[in-house]
Amino acid sequence: MSTSHTAQVEGILSTARTLRSELGTDFHEQLVEAVFATAARIADRAVSRPGEKARPTLDRTIDRLVTSRVWGFPLMFLLFTVMFWLTISGANVPSAWIAWLLIDKIYPLLREGAAGLGLPWWLWGLVIDGMYLATAWVVSVMLPPMAIFFPLFTLLEDFGYLPRVAFNLDWLFKKAGAHGKQAMTTMMGFGCNAAGVIATRIIDSPRERLIAILTNNFALCNGRWPTQILIATLFIGPLVPAYLGGMVSALAVVGVAVLGVVLTFMIAWGLSRTVLRGQVSTFSLELPPYRPPRILQTLYTSVIDRTILVLWRAVVWALPAGALIWLTSNIHIGGRSIAEHLITLFNPPGLFVGLNGVILLAYILAIPANEIVIPTVLMLTVLATGTTGVGQGAGVMFDLEDTNQLMALLRSGGWTLLTGINLMLFSLIHNPCSTTIYTIYKETGSAKWTTIASLMPVVLGFAVTFLVALVWRLMTGAA
Amino acid sequence: MLITSAGSNPAGCAACPVHHVQNLLKLGVTMDNWNFVVALAGNPNTGKSTVFNALTGLRQHTGNWPGKTVTRAEGGFEYRGHRYKLVDLPGTYSLLAASPDEEAARDFLLFGRPDVTVVVVDATRVERNLNLVLQVLEITDRVVVCLNLMDEARRHGLQVDDRALTRELGVPVVPASARYKEGIDGVLQAISDVAMGQFVCKPRRIQNEPPELKGAVAELTTRIASVFPGLPNARWVALRLLDGDERIIQAIRKGELGELGGASPAEPATTEAAHLEGVR
Repeated sequence: MSTSHTAQVEGILSTARTLRSELGTDFHEQLVEAVFATAARIADRAVSRPGEKARPTLDRTIDRLVTSRVWGFPLMFLLFTVMFWLTISGANVPSAWIAWLLIDKIYPLLREGAAGLGLPWWLWGLVIDGMYLATAWVVSVMLPPMAIFFPLFTLLEDFGYLPRVAFNLDWLFKKAGAHGKQAMTTMMGFGCNAAGVIATRIIDSPRERLIAILTNNFALCNGRWPTQILIATLFIGPLVPAYLGGMVSALAVVGVAVLGVVLTFMIAWGLSRTVLRGQVSTFSLELPPYRPPRILQTLYTSVIDRTILVLWRAVVWALPAGALIWLTSNIHIGGRSIAEHLITLFNPPGLFVGLNGVILLAYILAIPANEIVIPTVLMLTVLATGTTGVGQGAGVMFDLEDTNQLMALLRSGGWTLLTGINLMLFSLIHNPCSTTIYTIYKETGSAKWTTIASLMPVVLGFAVTFLVALVWRLMTGAA
Repeated sequence: MLITSAGSNPAGCAACPVHHVQNLLKLGVTMDNWNFVVALAGNPNTGKSTVFNALTGLRQHTGNWPGKTVTRAEGGFEYRGHRYKLVDLPGTYSLLAASPDEEAARDFLLFGRPDVTVVVVDATRVERNLNLVLQVLEITDRVVVCLNLMDEARRHGLQVDDRALTRELGVPVVPASARYKEGIDGVLQAISDVAMGQFVCKPRRIQNEPPELKGAVAELTTRIASVFPGLPNARWVALRLLDGDERIIQAIRKGELGELGGASPAEPATTEAAHLEGVR
């Protein structure tokens, strides 16, 4: 760039400065007004409303209802309970069917095939018993609930309900010192925490964005529903008469999800008053018009975009995790497998907080994917109790369709109602999965905040389960 | 890859307006060797992502809530033998105030220099959406207005006269309902017309600013135009300088703006390849 050019540029800038000071301060407003006036004049000429038909009032009526101070929250609660209930009651049959196909039919075929080929036992053990079964379990447990929940959620999104949820929750987030838009990212977190963390980009203020990232893990992601749903069905459902079981189990799952939202507020409140102090930003949220959802397209896109993608990621993580689980159960040191050693090691702290060694080990093995916690727990329980007659051998994941049999197995592993409740709580409050941790690192670019985001929930989880166990023991007088 | 429609049409068919959509070859994320860059701007929640998907065959997630598109998405399509790169910008209400979204959208229009900018307008909220259209028209001449959500406008008993809008704005205005794939052919035709120079835009400029402003703007515009010949939006730059816009002052100092006077469109200064595929 030549010097004369630079001089010319500086000349322009100084002229601009001079003119600007002459114009006064309301220049910006004048300009905006000129734009608005022009827009209004053009719109006036181009838009007409023949017949003076009043604006349809259906939208307004719905809005008044779903964002009402009185009805907004109960309706929200009801809607999500119904969604979870549909998911829970609708997923059982296809889940059992897929499990039958993948585990009862294909699995024996694969084993026979491997035996026929004369492969060494450890190879097919690792590949078929470890990797294949872990994947088969993940698919059969995760696919049906996702295929029901995601389309329902997408239909609500398409219809325009999500911004109303944000509207309802906005004042709470503000009270907690967080950004109102965090209501959206929390909603996304119910689908997948990694997606929720990415969605925090809609929050402009770095302080509030960090709060949203650190608390997104408390939105119960779909990888954790199978755990919640199964444990609620096993431990909470039987507390009431059979015909109420399904609804009460659904309510228990919603209760855990609501607890997650409450924790989000509490942690946000704590953070915004300590390490992340600052002003709450204001923002305007436009409530979009309700649009009739396109059912078929929504089904298609939610299956392709969300279900298959999330499932694929789970499968990718389940393969190595399955191998790892198989190895820990089949490599023996001093006459016992590594898994047994670890269970013995984790049992005292586990029991102390109302869980057990099996659960803690399962959570460590399942850091890559929350989805495989339950199969890992079952597999390790069989190993630890030495139960025979179920499963196919050490380190082999399996499926028990009969709830009574499942209960009997867990009881022999020392499970009580407390273990069930605390497992549901711990499933809500523990470290994010490795995908989410990686996403947090990418989004914050900070090892410090990633560490905090990973460790804070674990510490909190132990504190909560310990407190529940303490109260439980005081109330029941159990040791 | 998501190529969904036939690529080879007999030349006779290609000339027939009925077959516009058949001329569309959705290229998904393949967008090398493009002939034209098309930017997609608009207010939040007007269906930009739906239009984007209809043109590229990608399935960027769409949702009925504002602020959903958090990263810039890019895709490609081919129409009548020309390859287009389509860039979906974050939804904004204006290009004046300084939120990161608005800055991203504005920087792309200014420094990315798209060959055509499609502004997606909500037909049920024409007046408010026009605020953005008018601001875009200050930055770039070559604009296509996609009057989206016509189905909703009809449902609300609104009649929007697209021909009157075309007359007023001086750029093609195409009615559409992207959700139902209506009007996409018209949008394609308009993009092609503007890109190839078959439709010469005479964009509406904001004129009714206060008289004392007029002189200042005119003076500064002349000086900018003489230092940066070929700059398509000298008047807009003058307005921004008068408003004390630091980003524009910087751009002038660093010579970023000077490059804009050149013949070939430069790659955007803030290129950040953001493909939404695979992160959900």
